[in-house]
Amino acid sequence: MSDHVEDVLSTAAGWRAAGEQVAIATVTETWGSSPRPAGSQMAVTKSGRMAGSVSGGCIEGAVAEAAMKTLDSGIPQLLDFGVTHERAWEVGLACGGKVKVFVEKLS
Amino acid sequence: MTPDLLAALEKARAAKQPIVLATQLPGGEQCLLPDPGAPAAVNEAARAVLESDVSGTHKIDGVDWFMHAYNPPLRLVIVGAVHIAQALVQFSTSCGYATTVVDPRRSFASDERFPNVTISTEWPDEAMEAFKPDSRTAVVTLTHDPKLDDPALDRALKSGAFYIGALGSRRTHAARLKRLSDLGHTEEAMSRIRGPVGLNIEAVTAPEIAASIISEIIAVRRGAPLPPKSAPKTTPP
Repeated sequence: MSDHVEDVLSTAAGWRAAGEQVAIATVTETWGSSPRPAGSQMAVTKSGRMAGSVSGGCIEGAVAEAAMKTLDSGIPQLLDFGVTHERAWEVGLACGGKVKVFVEKLS
Repeated sequence: MTPDLLAALEKARAAKQPIVLATQLPGGEQCLLPDPGAPAAVNEAARAVLESDVSGTHKIDGVDWFMHAYNPPLRLVIVGAVHIAQALVQFSTSCGYATTVVDPRRSFASDERFPNVTISTEWPDEAMEAFKPDSRTAVVTLTHDPKLDDPALDRALKSGAFYIGALGSRRTHAARLKRLSDLGHTEEAMSRIRGPVGLNIEAVTAPEIAASIISEIIAVRRGAPLPPKSAPKTTPP
């Protein structure tokens, strides 16, 4: 099952086993017209590899940036993106939805 | 996530055991559920999440838990290792379906034609007995040969498969329904069979037909409204 693009966890576990530093971001809650449901995942490595998605492409950049912080600190983050959030406008969640994304390190 | 937890999660998934990764928010404490040591309400929420296959955040006793459902992959049985099947396995695999191709004709069901796919060269009735389709299984027959398609459809109708599709024109399908009714299947039961198979997108080539089939499987799985299949054209007297 690891050969299909939705199985981000297996991809991340493979990267971790190969010695990469890996963070996983998971959509934990959505409101409105967010394109990806809760449970959608994205994996990011310190070396810049990326797999999966947590939106239609609007917030992946910001999430990857946050993931780097979690990789450095080891501390998980619960990110909030939405129309009421300045940062979300900045990164352009143009679909009008709201999502929460949990970012953690694979230790 | 700790290495131990990741290993336990990967082990459960490899064993095709339905499991929930529960994360307390915002702190990030994690555990796998169901677990006899966890509070009853937490286990109950985990079971509901697996049953609905919808991950989400649930507040239990004032604590936010993100419950991530990891169910075993959906399954697809394709009867008939034909050209359309070669295209369909590519779509179904990328959509996450664990796919098995059944065809006793070894020249069709060859590894060369179907690399990286589970192949069964048993007769469809035996293959279906062994496969045990359940509510997370789709069944598609593509051989056009009643000797192969009918036994598979008969077994599929007796199973909880969420999708049953059969290739063939409306006329072929009407003849097929007659044969299945002779086997004792009621009209209501047979209405589960999507025939002619696939969404009507005027598909012509094998990959296009395969795209129409995987789209219909997804539509049924996700509960999208579908138009009824039209009745066979009758020839004027």
